Amino acid sequence: MAQQLTAKEPTAQQIVDQKIYQQFGVSDYEFELICGFLGRLPNYTEIGVFSVMWSEHCAYKNSKPILKKFPITGPKVLMGPGEGAGIVDIGDNQAVVFKIESHNHPSAVEPYQGAATGVGGIIRDIFSMGARPIASLNSLRFGRLENDRVKYLFENVVSGIAGYGNCIGIPTVGGEVMFDESYEGNPLVNAMCVGLIDHDKIQRGVAKGVGNPVFYVGPATGRDGIHGATFASVELSEESEEKKTAVQVGDPFMEKLVMEATLELINSGIVLGIQDMGAAGLTCSSSEMASKAGNGLELYLDNVPQREKDMTPYEMMLSESQERMLFVVTPENEAQAMEIFERWGVICAKVGKVTDDGRLRLFHKGEQVADMPVKALVDECPVYNKPSQEPAYYAANAKIDTTAYPEVTDLTGALKQVLGSPTVASKEWVYNQYDYMVRTSTAVQPGSDAAVVTIRGTRKALAMTTDCNGRYVYLDPEVGGRIAVAEASRNIVCSGAEPLAVTDNLNFGSPEKPEVFWQIEKAADGMSEACVTLETPVIGGNVSLYNENAKGAIYPTPVIGMVGLVHDIDHITTQSFKSEGDVIVLLGDTKAEMGGSELQYVLQGKTEGRPPQIDLAVEKRTQNAVLEAIRAGLVASAHDLSEGGLAVAVAESCFGTGLGASVNVATELRADHALFSESQSRILLTAKADKAAELQALLNERGVVNAAIGTVTAAATLNIQVNGNQGVNAPVEQLEKVWKEAIPCLMK
Amino acid sequence: MKFAVLVFPGSNCDIDCYKAVEDTVGQKVDFVWHTATDLSGYDAILVPGGFSYGDYLRCGAIARFAPVMNEVIKAAEQGKFVLGICNGFQILTEAGLLPGVLRRNENLKFRCHSALLEVVNNNTAFTNQYNEGEIIDIPIAHGEGNYYCDDETLAKLQSNNQIVFRYKAGANPNGSIDDIAGISNERGNVVGMMPHPERAIDEILGSADGKRMFTSILNAWREQHGAAVNG
Repeated sequence: MAQQLTAKEPTAQQIVDQKIYQQFGVSDYEFELICGFLGRLPNYTEIGVFSVMWSEHCAYKNSKPILKKFPITGPKVLMGPGEGAGIVDIGDNQAVVFKIESHNHPSAVEPYQGAATGVGGIIRDIFSMGARPIASLNSLRFGRLENDRVKYLFENVVSGIAGYGNCIGIPTVGGEVMFDESYEGNPLVNAMCVGLIDHDKIQRGVAKGVGNPVFYVGPATGRDGIHGATFASVELSEESEEKKTAVQVGDPFMEKLVMEATLELINSGIVLGIQDMGAAGLTCSSSEMASKAGNGLELYLDNVPQREKDMTPYEMMLSESQERMLFVVTPENEAQAMEIFERWGVICAKVGKVTDDGRLRLFHKGEQVADMPVKALVDECPVYNKPSQEPAYYAANAKIDTTAYPEVTDLTGALKQVLGSPTVASKEWVYNQYDYMVRTSTAVQPGSDAAVVTIRGTRKALAMTTDCNGRYVYLDPEVGGRIAVAEASRNIVCSGAEPLAVTDNLNFGSPEKPEVFWQIEKAADGMSEACVTLETPVIGGNVSLYNENAKGAIYPTPVIGMVGLVHDIDHITTQSFKSEGDVIVLLGDTKAEMGGSELQYVLQGKTEGRPPQIDLAVEKRTQNAVLEAIRAGLVASAHDLSEGGLAVAVAESCFGTGLGASVNVATELRADHALFSESQSRILLTAKADKAAELQALLNERGVVNAAIGTVTAAATLNIQVNGNQGVNAPVEQLEKVWKEAIPCLMK
Repeated sequence: MKFAVLVFPGSNCDIDCYKAVEDTVGQKVDFVWHTATDLSGYDAILVPGGFSYGDYLRCGAIARFAPVMNEVIKAAEQGKFVLGICNGFQILTEAGLLPGVLRRNENLKFRCHSALLEVVNNNTAFTNQYNEGEIIDIPIAHGEGNYYCDDETLAKLQSNNQIVFRYKAGANPNGSIDDIAGISNERGNVVGMMPHPERAIDEILGSADGKRMFTSILNAWREQHGAAVNG
């Protein structure tokens, strides 16, 4: 069979005549460019290598103009975009390394392995920088849970993440899951990993030193994942199911061994350059490492460990078999490197050599089978400025008055409906499947605004979160983009940390559609603006386009992964109410902003109108004041207001505490708007009764609108009045039951 | 006193166990690889959690063939303290040091959360700092913690007071027989348990109830040692 495959490999002439390159996503124009760079027609291996290097996934050919918009520098940024992951200084010669990456398309066709290998890939990005991975997060989107296929995807994506993360022993400490029809058929699976590193251990993916040997580490290469990067760069279709072979199979046990051995190798100080084999496997790692050093590389493919018989150069170069790395050392250090991997039981093979001719040359069975300029592969892919056009729905939405829906009078009933909506409901069903405690550093477990992980040997800790409300971004990409960053930052601040930086995952539909490209541009503008104002540069990330299904594009979903620094573990703050008598203070202005709200979705079954607006200066001022108050010891609990607004925030703060709340909101708004509006820059704080005045004084001094709206009660009842009239009144237990049982009930 | 923390390929709670010994009793502790053939220098052996050899065959089924396991068996025979946690418990049952097996959780899902345990037997080297019947909060994180044994074995475990921990009545997370969370061998020097005491040694992690497992071991060793010295 394999022999036949080889025999069937088309000739260079057939590739042109039958336009075979088009099947790999290479356009006629790009093919001509490639011929120009080679000075001849490419053979099958070469066109394969070019096609993956020039895919959107590797070359960002459609998104480069967008990525240029982001601020990427800052006083604490040690490494920005371009390497495996970005790095930020946290003092004491330590730094935090983090990155987010998508595995949407693989997860759509093979949810367990798709999600599992997404986790494995991002963990490799972190330890290939020399960092010890300390935590994982994720951001997931699915269709409505009533749908059987959606249930299947949700169930298996969660098990895949659990299966990989639990086995490798890195705690999955946080994340978010949202459900909306828009993601049906094209779920989003974004995985983020955070690592710790000492400054002097930071590695780069460079093939340094002409003549130095290049080593392959990890399990043998198979035929899995061939053209995975190309698959990620096209729309899903009926035929996608047949592309299951483009999905890789993960082995977390192997990755654990590769990780320990690699970290030992790096700590030994002999590594000159190292990079993991992610998308486009051997092709991408070898050409990028050569490119970054300005060198060339020769690969001897007979030496590549192979899991299957008679693999062709094409197959070996394009395989995305998992858990593999490529590294360079000097010849003197070869033996030491080999010994480390042997002890860990990991295959390590010399597969190449650094050269000075700037070319990637492949040898197989005594012959040179490919010869390509590295620069052409890595840097010369054309960049497209796609046409952009405002979609019709955007103008139409301006005319919709989302405050004109009939007034909801049963506010307790409405709260129960919102709490029972899977997007708002407890995600315990999800995170109880993740080992979020291994490594014994998880100070704030999943379920609060941000997870917090302590740093052993210091008083410091890291807060981390992922955030994005795709509905807001859909309704107004620029505003939604701002909100995504602002909310992530607000979550970090509410946990007692100073926001450091952002890793973003731009999940959008097809950039070929001008309306989608408009969403991308606008969202990036909004995100950039927020990143500048909130002083959180983008240090890396991932672009996932072509997220479409039969019904069209997904909601534009630029997921923000953010990490913050807790300066002292005494500052760690959670959303749960702490004690009876504590004063509840609401920060920020509540306006009648129902567009894109959870209440609108639950009651009207719609996502329409304009989303909540946001003033970034107000946001920054509010966050600064909250962090100052937390550090001054004035804050007992902090919770940001997001989906479901004030009513949901107060309810969530009661859950799990045995306490209740008695609240009276003074407002000019309709009661349902006051309780469920999703106005931005709002935070719910509590303070001990004897500290409330000091807290409010500080907030006033900093120009932050605030009001004491109630107290925490020993009676476990949630009582919210609006202008003295009964709004919500229910035992906390009853509300908590609705919130806790929503997802388990749907998954039975 | 000196502790060994075993390291199999795929162990991932080894570092946590090591840190727990340092933080709770401050005694000497070494990582000891699966290939080791001598444990004579150690007084207590911790078999940590994780996914030894990926747990690809059956949890613990491959680890029991590791060279170090012969030494663990020897150490147990000599009356040294052996504590298997989670995957370590699974390995000890596979090695025949403890009776019974661990099956997949009743709901077929991995479960990670805090769990309330009843200290059933506080008369062991691992639990002497607890009160009998005390309820303690020690987290679990496992997919295969559903302890099972036949009726005859269960009767023996009960009559010999070998059930060390039970999940609090009504809060059994995995379907284990008789709510068993941890058991000992007949002699009482080998204990296996699914919950993770090393994850409960500091209030910042949610509970510090696991601390006393480590202080119990040190206490037991000191008593033994003192007795030996006093002759």
